[in-house]
Amino acid sequence: MTKISVDRISKTLDGLHTLADISLTVGENEIVVVLGPSGCGKSTLLNIISGLLIPDSGTIKIDGEDWTGKTTRVSYMQQKDLLLDSRSILDNVTIPLLLKGMPKNEAHDYAQSYITDFGLEGFEHYYPRQLSGGMRQRAALLRTYLFASDILLLDEPFAALDAITRRKMHLWLLKLYKRFQTSILFVTHDIEEALLLADRIYILSQRPATVRCELLIDKKAGVTAAMKMDLLAILEEESDDNHL
Amino acid sequence: MKKSTNIGYSLLPLSSMVMLLIIWEAAVRINDIPQWLLPAPSRVIKAIIEAWQLLVYHSTATLLEAAYGFLLSVTLALFIGFLLDNVSLLKKAVNPVLVISQTIPLIVLAVLLPLWFGWGMLPKVLIVMLVCFFPITINLLKGLDSVDPDQLSLFRSMGAGRWKTFKIVKFPAAMPAFFSGLKISATYSIMAAVISEWVGAQRGLGYFMTIQQKSFAIDKVLAAVIVICILSLILVKMVDVIEYVLVPWNRQQIISSSK
Repeated sequence: MTKISVDRISKTLDGLHTLADISLTVGENEIVVVLGPSGCGKSTLLNIISGLLIPDSGTIKIDGEDWTGKTTRVSYMQQKDLLLDSRSILDNVTIPLLLKGMPKNEAHDYAQSYITDFGLEGFEHYYPRQLSGGMRQRAALLRTYLFASDILLLDEPFAALDAITRRKMHLWLLKLYKRFQTSILFVTHDIEEALLLADRIYILSQRPATVRCELLIDKKAGVTAAMKMDLLAILEEESDDNHL
Repeated sequence: MKKSTNIGYSLLPLSSMVMLLIIWEAAVRINDIPQWLLPAPSRVIKAIIEAWQLLVYHSTATLLEAAYGFLLSVTLALFIGFLLDNVSLLKKAVNPVLVISQTIPLIVLAVLLPLWFGWGMLPKVLIVMLVCFFPITINLLKGLDSVDPDQLSLFRSMGAGRWKTFKIVKFPAAMPAFFSGLKISATYSIMAAVISEWVGAQRGLGYFMTIQQKSFAIDKVLAAVIVICILSLILVKMVDVIEYVLVPWNRQQIISSSK
């Protein structure tokens, strides 16, 4: 079943033709990675899917329903954790529940049941400033998950972390994905990350971005060096002139 | 080891102050400078003890004016801050007025306000407000503006309305800046009250100083200065304590001692 269907989205932002006729789908319990050169409009795409931006043309359907330009169905997570300094970790992750009208005690209990799986045990009452980058990203992910648990939109969520922490976060995300069975749309410019996580990869062209090709990954068969080279070649082709 | 260096650092400013006082005392004694020109620190301390009851009597008036002006400024700043943050058109219209209000020489207002509002407490409170209001409001507005636009988009995507976003995101984020404005204003508040009393009053440290100065009792004038310094420091410390309680996430200590 299709969770998200992006149908022929175009968008011009500040006079810049950013997205041109993008179509893609995310199935149930699937990790789809959107891979593209930096500055190609990946974040714009997520802004449109989450309803923060209205596309010039095209539609966004979630579970078959039209959500074009409408917020509150899905939220997304960024490279910046955007946790509030003024609230403890537990009070940060429960914000989406409170906004939906859940009483505070109930929200705390509900969030508490996920704290261990998200690797935040013992840190619920710390302030974000007191935690490491990896832990803050896990808290941000929990907040995103508590807002809409069936779909996670992730915009280069681990890009600001160091290599070792990032690696750990990848494995942890895969574990989490197996346990909670959600649909993930993951945006990145990192090929390794894409190959490690994805069931399917969409490669975007440079601006105005459109889907250049789609790639199915057989996780059991593993990723070959040749595939990596191919991907690299395509990305290099797409990012050569304008962005150096 | 660490503890002893900490104590050393806190003793450092104290010892430089003591040094300064010793030099002052010695200079006055050696050069035989007359009492009415520049009294020695020991003489000023004596004056404080002698005029103790008078100083307390006048201090209470000054403190009351400063406190009223300060608290009214805080209330007004919160109200204006909230209003200007929500109506961006108003912000553009009012901001220049705020800045211009600060370029008016304070001493002129101290003379004019009693003409308009009489010689009672009201003009003094107004002067204190005029001085305190600006740093608090400007810092509060800066704090409200400092919120990451992505943070606001996130809350919009989660369906949070204007008021909820203000309450959950913007207002708490503005607190550290708001408190630095409060600290600046707290130091100014006593000074502003004294200036307004200087022009004309029946009571207050400023009034006390004009009387003493006219009779060349410079030691009493300086005694009042010391009381003003102490009162200002106490006010700032009080703001510090309130910040410590109300803005726990901004405490430096827990951050450095965290795992």
